[in-house]
Amino acid sequence: MYAFEFVKPKTVEEAVAALRESEAKALAGGQTLIPTLKQRLAAPEKLVSLAGIEALKGIRMGDGVVEIGAGTTHATVARELAGSVPALAALAGDIGDPAVRNRGTIGGSLANNDPSADWPAAVLGTGATVVTDRREIAADDFFQGLFTTALEEDEIITAVRFPIPEAAAYAKFDQPASRFALVGVFVARLGGDVRVAVTGASENGVFRWQEAEAALEADFSPAAVEALAPPPAEEMISDLHGAGDYRAHLVKVMTKRAVAACG
Amino acid sequence: MPKDHGIGAPIRRREDLRFLTGSGRYTDDINLPGQAYVRFLRSDVAHGRIKRLDTSAAAAMDGVIRVFTARDFENVGGLPCGWQITSRDGNPMAEPKHPIMAEGKVRHVGEIIAAVIAETPGQAQDAVEAIEVEIEELPAVIDMAAALEEGAPKVHDDLPSNLCFDWGLVEENREKVDEAIRNAPHVVSLELVNQRLAPNAMEPRVAIGAYDKATDEHTLYTTSQNPHVIRLLMGAFVLGIPEHKLRVVAPDVGGGFGSKIFHYAEEAFCTYAAKVVGRPVKWTSSRSEAFMSDAQGRDHVTKIELALDEEGHFLALRTHTLANMGAYLSTFAPAVPTWLHGTLMAGTYRTPLIYVNVKAVFTNTVPVDAYRGAGRPEATFQLERVIDKAARELGMDPVEIRRKNFINPDQFPYETPVALVYDTGNYHATLEKLEELADFGGFEARRQESAARGRLRGLGVNCYIEACGIAPSNLVGQLGARAGLYDSATVRVNPTGSITVHTGVHSHGQSHETTFPQVIAEMIGIPEDQIEIVHGDTANSPMGMGTYGSRSIAVGGSAMVRATEKIIAKAKKIAAHLLEASEGDIELKDGKFTVKGTDREVAWADVTLAAYVPHNYPLDELEPGLEETSFYDPANFTFPSGAYACEVEVDPETGKVEVCSFVAVDDFGNVINPMVVDGQVHGGLAQGIGQALLEQCVYDENGQLVTASYMDYAMPRADDLPSFTVDHSCQTPCTHNPLGVKGCGEAGAIGSPPTIVNAVIDALQRGGIRVDHIDMPLTPARVWSAIRAAS
Repeated sequence: MYAFEFVKPKTVEEAVAALRESEAKALAGGQTLIPTLKQRLAAPEKLVSLAGIEALKGIRMGDGVVEIGAGTTHATVARELAGSVPALAALAGDIGDPAVRNRGTIGGSLANNDPSADWPAAVLGTGATVVTDRREIAADDFFQGLFTTALEEDEIITAVRFPIPEAAAYAKFDQPASRFALVGVFVARLGGDVRVAVTGASENGVFRWQEAEAALEADFSPAAVEALAPPPAEEMISDLHGAGDYRAHLVKVMTKRAVAACG
Repeated sequence: MPKDHGIGAPIRRREDLRFLTGSGRYTDDINLPGQAYVRFLRSDVAHGRIKRLDTSAAAAMDGVIRVFTARDFENVGGLPCGWQITSRDGNPMAEPKHPIMAEGKVRHVGEIIAAVIAETPGQAQDAVEAIEVEIEELPAVIDMAAALEEGAPKVHDDLPSNLCFDWGLVEENREKVDEAIRNAPHVVSLELVNQRLAPNAMEPRVAIGAYDKATDEHTLYTTSQNPHVIRLLMGAFVLGIPEHKLRVVAPDVGGGFGSKIFHYAEEAFCTYAAKVVGRPVKWTSSRSEAFMSDAQGRDHVTKIELALDEEGHFLALRTHTLANMGAYLSTFAPAVPTWLHGTLMAGTYRTPLIYVNVKAVFTNTVPVDAYRGAGRPEATFQLERVIDKAARELGMDPVEIRRKNFINPDQFPYETPVALVYDTGNYHATLEKLEELADFGGFEARRQESAARGRLRGLGVNCYIEACGIAPSNLVGQLGARAGLYDSATVRVNPTGSITVHTGVHSHGQSHETTFPQVIAEMIGIPEDQIEIVHGDTANSPMGMGTYGSRSIAVGGSAMVRATEKIIAKAKKIAAHLLEASEGDIELKDGKFTVKGTDREVAWADVTLAAYVPHNYPLDELEPGLEETSFYDPANFTFPSGAYACEVEVDPETGKVEVCSFVAVDDFGNVINPMVVDGQVHGGLAQGIGQALLEQCVYDENGQLVTASYMDYAMPRADDLPSFTVDHSCQTPCTHNPLGVKGCGEAGAIGSPPTIVNAVIDALQRGGIRVDHIDMPLTPARVWSAIRAAS
């Protein structure tokens, strides 16, 4: 890794101020950034660690919502929400390996917006709200393509507010090597609405499969998904782990399985 | 009640205390005073001409001690190849120079272009990035068939083509085999790929070179399976350092699987550069470097044809293989697809006529060499796959077709049509044991249970053979080996009776420190904890060829037995003197020498003490001391064999394969430590299942290695594997080594890939999906695509 300056502020305001200085980069759990630095694929002048900001940590249950601090680790989510919001807990508990789950955070994952990450599916699939140091961003506006989000350069996610769905499940098909999602589908039923968010599959990152949402709003059953054509294969990622048609097919299979898992 | 001592006792590994508590001493744990660090500039293009190389900026950077390029190695030899293959036309193989650094041209991604030695690894890396290099990219040849086409770009400009050799076994049988296949009632053929693998030992390679100006002695610490071989190759052929001035140390080594047999450029570099800069020079490979600089494995493309009569008897077998050598010949590369592969095509069967053709090809890829099994997995895979296909086409049971063609127990020694003589075996016995343990009778009920859950269940079997314990030196010499393949041991009895064994083989996961003492404990009758095994240092072990090809116990263990026999013979003479008896009346049992038929006895330690404190000693007849060395050259290979079965479930919607059960019945001959053997088989199975389902090296058409990290190269994990059932109770002891042992290190990796693929094809066929073959790895995407294409 190249040399860099390192600061560890105690408050969000100090962190934002530090990020405004040139070539600074925020460091959350570091599960993507640290390996990137070790391979000398990034050369920030300064790393602004968010690990010392207590305000970013913890989970707060509200009336029909759960707010997860951006600095909360996947392991904490998996442990603390197992009883109350099992779909989120299960998703968090299947990210990476124990070391990744003990370091990696929900905020870091969302800000990075890896097209194969799990959290974007849950955020988009529940219509959650991303809370930052300066505003609230609806999930539908937050994700803007591969590794691209609505965040400004110096903006820090402070929390994510999830509506607690009546039923929800995440069905993930692992890429065999990395065990990131080759395709991951988060299905949630909220009131009369159904949301279906897909990660891992698309050239444009996480997306909502609206045909499936409409079909499931009429009939919330695996059979309703079975009747659909898969999303267009040419919009899917094609690589050595699966061509576009395979990923498109898996979107349908994983959607069915997520619906079935909603019970 | 299992034994708790000696041969056959499942005693726990003494190595584990240091490995599991972090107190092992690996090469990277060694740091020498004044040590500097080297980082290499490696090619990021697969094929190109170096137009300009400017190291001046790098040389001026902070902490840089010296920059090296190919020019610094003008008077140094290339990396030698240890095995010469002769083509069918009588010509020797093409053997291009394998330089330490690219000379004018780069030929694979990862090839070394320059090196920087600096005070810290970071400074060395900074300077590597400051080297200015301009490479004119040339079209790369990646695909073997394309590489052999007329007019294909040439990896080596001075060779006539990309063909390394065109080899036949047995050439005289070629026409007879062709004729038998032409006239056979049934011919079953299969085209298949045995994909390229990256070895991925847990410990990456490390080398430290050191030079002592006062004594003119060089020392290389390296992650090697065979330090003596490295000393010989590097000293004699590359750097011109005589053995008495060159010491090679391979301390604890964290796995090799073949990839640490070979002599690598980085070893020669560190040894050479240490003298030039007057400082110890250390290199530690990163995992990324390992992917593009450790010799890779397999990479065969094969067409196999099996001729059968109406009853399913094998009449003839013909196989044509393209074998990828990569850009240069690694140390033993040419032996792998030839003598370690073609000779195994008889398998466990009586096929009377066999012809094997192998064309080895240069491509712009990382060199390929021996990897766990080395040639034998490739042979077993194609044979056992085509037999399965034949059973299906003839409507026969895959178990019965194998049984019908087995070499029978009364036919040993059995000479195959492909140059081997199997000394012993009982293939019916292992298959019967397999049927019992794998509960074939209950399969249908399990299949229906799977079907109720929407899964296709399949059963796969395989009956492998392998040749281990390489090998008789005079034979391998005739076959092109440029080395002998004996091994050695010095058994040093200490004055108070404890024993230190210096062995020429090397342990990097094989548990020699535990198992070798069991043999001597059995022979002498003293406890294992009185015996220590020393290995891995040319300065304190006799010349030996190291560990690979499941040879340690069969060859190195045999040498140790021979040396111990000499010790016992001498000790009996001393005991006879002390007991005032005739030597012929002395017996050794339970650590005591007794005079036959009397109660007169003398303890082992009293005899050993007399040898070193010879106050009362037959000095006129016998030298004092008790230390013997033996070199053992085996009379033949050993031939472990076995029968494997597994059950898989295929998810037809996603193509995902789950291995539900795996039963491995192996005949390893006599077994020294059954627990250690279980572990060796478990590891082999994990690697073989990894090949079958997960692992593959993929190069794109420009020669970029796409699978250059664990993000894309899929290693098997614990949850990819079932709990194994392992049995080695069927034992036909080897007839020509003193322990009756055969070796167990590679069996699992050889036997498991065809078992898995056979099971997956069986699952699909039983599910009504007409798929004959899927190339490994059977990833979900490939299985799904095959299902879709068939329906």
